[in-house]
Amino acid sequence: MGSILVLGANATIAQATVRKLAANGKHNQFILTSRDTSQLEVLKSDIEIRHQVDVSLKQFDALDFESHQVFFDEVVQEAGTLDGVLLMYGAMEDQKQAEHSFALARTMIDVNYTSAVSILNIAANYFEAQRSGFICAVSSVAGDRGRKSNYIYGSTKAGLSVYLQGLRNRLHESGVHVLTIKPGMVDTKMTYGVVEPTPLLADPDKVAQDIEAGIVKRREVVYTPWFWLIIMTIIKLLPEKIFKRTDI
Amino acid sequence: MAKSIWKKIAGWGNFPVEPGYVYRPEQMSELSEILRSHDAPNYIAYGLGRSYGDTPLNKDAGVIRTDRFNHMLGFDEATGLLTCEAGVTFKEIIDVFLPRGYYLPVTPGTKLVTVGGAIANDIHGKNHHVDGTFSEFVQTFDLLTASGEVIPCSREMNADVFWATIGGIGLTGFILRATFRLIRVETAYMNVSYEKAENLDQAFDKFAADADYKYSVAWIDCLASGDSLGRSVLMRGDHARLGDLPATVKEPLQPANKFKVKMPVHAPGIALNYWSISAFNKFYYASYKNETKLVEQSSFFHPLDAIKDWNKLYGKKGFVQYQAVFPKDNNPKEGLRRMLTMLSDARRSSFLAVLKSSGPWNGGLLSFPVEGYTLALDIPIKDDGLFPFLRELDQLVLEYGGRVYLAKDSTLERATFQEMYPTWEQFKEIKDNVDPEHLFSSSMSRRLGLTR
Repeated sequence: MGSILVLGANATIAQATVRKLAANGKHNQFILTSRDTSQLEVLKSDIEIRHQVDVSLKQFDALDFESHQVFFDEVVQEAGTLDGVLLMYGAMEDQKQAEHSFALARTMIDVNYTSAVSILNIAANYFEAQRSGFICAVSSVAGDRGRKSNYIYGSTKAGLSVYLQGLRNRLHESGVHVLTIKPGMVDTKMTYGVVEPTPLLADPDKVAQDIEAGIVKRREVVYTPWFWLIIMTIIKLLPEKIFKRTDI
Repeated sequence: MAKSIWKKIAGWGNFPVEPGYVYRPEQMSELSEILRSHDAPNYIAYGLGRSYGDTPLNKDAGVIRTDRFNHMLGFDEATGLLTCEAGVTFKEIIDVFLPRGYYLPVTPGTKLVTVGGAIANDIHGKNHHVDGTFSEFVQTFDLLTASGEVIPCSREMNADVFWATIGGIGLTGFILRATFRLIRVETAYMNVSYEKAENLDQAFDKFAADADYKYSVAWIDCLASGDSLGRSVLMRGDHARLGDLPATVKEPLQPANKFKVKMPVHAPGIALNYWSISAFNKFYYASYKNETKLVEQSSFFHPLDAIKDWNKLYGKKGFVQYQAVFPKDNNPKEGLRRMLTMLSDARRSSFLAVLKSSGPWNGGLLSFPVEGYTLALDIPIKDDGLFPFLRELDQLVLEYGGRVYLAKDSTLERATFQEMYPTWEQFKEIKDNVDPEHLFSSSMSRRLGLTR
């Protein structure tokens, strides 16, 4: 039994996932990170009480690429053995605004893609040398096909998905498990009061359960909830000639 | 900007249904922002929506969900003191602590309630006659008040606000976190003695022995009449000790995770009528015999939780739950007999009726239980004739110096409420002091004249 490093533990899905992973009894320590760890104190005490595992908090700034190596070395030193890394953070800005503001577009690119490459490169080298462990990152169904409603965000997630695909291919030989999570719409702080309530809006607990199961069962790509696999398969199959006229 | 969803919501009785702006903050900062925003004229907290009427409703105003404030913050194994946020549910507490040998000090008939709701309604359980309400075990809680200040409340600190918040239906502020004591148990099982009583006299004779049992409750057939009026089954017991269990039980503290069924849609209004309920009651009464049995805790405390959304049984029009207490020193047996006769004559009651003895009032200004006997029953809403009938019940309760439980109420009139809860003025004084602008308000509080 070793430790799990959670990058971006403030996110609703991250909190739910940590709870599920702590409950399964396969890991004895969780290192929760965020840019601002003050809000993680309650999660720390909650998980320690409910699941009787150790939780430590550590500051992590995704956009401070230069700091990543030192950060990761410190984590390894503290943890002893890392069982896995969960990358749970992401940035979603308004598409329309991002079309007019490269700064906003760049935030999404840097947070969702550049920083992921930076930190996961480091994690991959560690796990490759260890010849065990897992890397699990939250991408999005939005990365499966570019749509006018969110293609800037979607393209950053598409980049992440392809990166993870390659990483999986590379690390297969060393027995390291790489898991890509593609959630659809999830009922989080980001969507509450913004997206009309629909049955498509998934409960974060359900998503967390799928992530935990994906880790335990060593799945490659998990659409969550499952029906997004069907929806996205159909959307991907539409010919571009037709797709470009749609308002999906 | 705090975001809200405009939607129609209801309590557990599906009556009344009222629209409001529903917020769901996840952090303290978001909660403060909502309360400062003037987005809505006023706000009320909403936990799991298990109070029956309009306690957590706020027509055309703000309703703040507490479900994302569900973190446990501290636990002391030696004393059993648990500190947690207000949105933590009783179910979670059982799931986490029963396997470690701790149990809730007081639990209502469902475990799907929050800690915040348990305090705000000062809930009671089958052990009220011995242990009192949930708040007896609450050491302290933090209250976010209208001024934005967080004040600790206990019997020593801000005691006036403490006693106004206990049972104060969310009007003094937003309960953020609380510290309360869990009790030690050796098993997840209950030793229960079942005793049948053919009528109210027999039931009262048997109630005399209540002090010998930590938990006591009676199912009562509200449709039985004549010599059988008040026919009931008493269910009394305590947590089983380790030595009580047969050797076949390998994990004595493991709660049973039973198969759950779900009520998929609202039953047609006709499904529960006098004849079907009367037949059910006869069958139910006959199904019991006088015996002592070992039962798993959830089937003793929370039998209806096994049916998800059981409230849909009553159809789309919903139902009211009426719970009244008849004080000990005011001939409660006669009061109950008259109430049962009214119910049986009007053929209005349902199969879920519960009679139990209650202990002394704890001083919570709007806290319901007083020493005597409390009767709780569901009444489906079939027609508007129900409402005048409820007023007749209110008058009867008043005549015997009793009161009805606000957590179950949706129709009580202001004057009746004031007579039933003579400490309402003291409550209002503290309320006006801690929240002069009435930032915290609900459909219920306006109906009862507690806020503007």
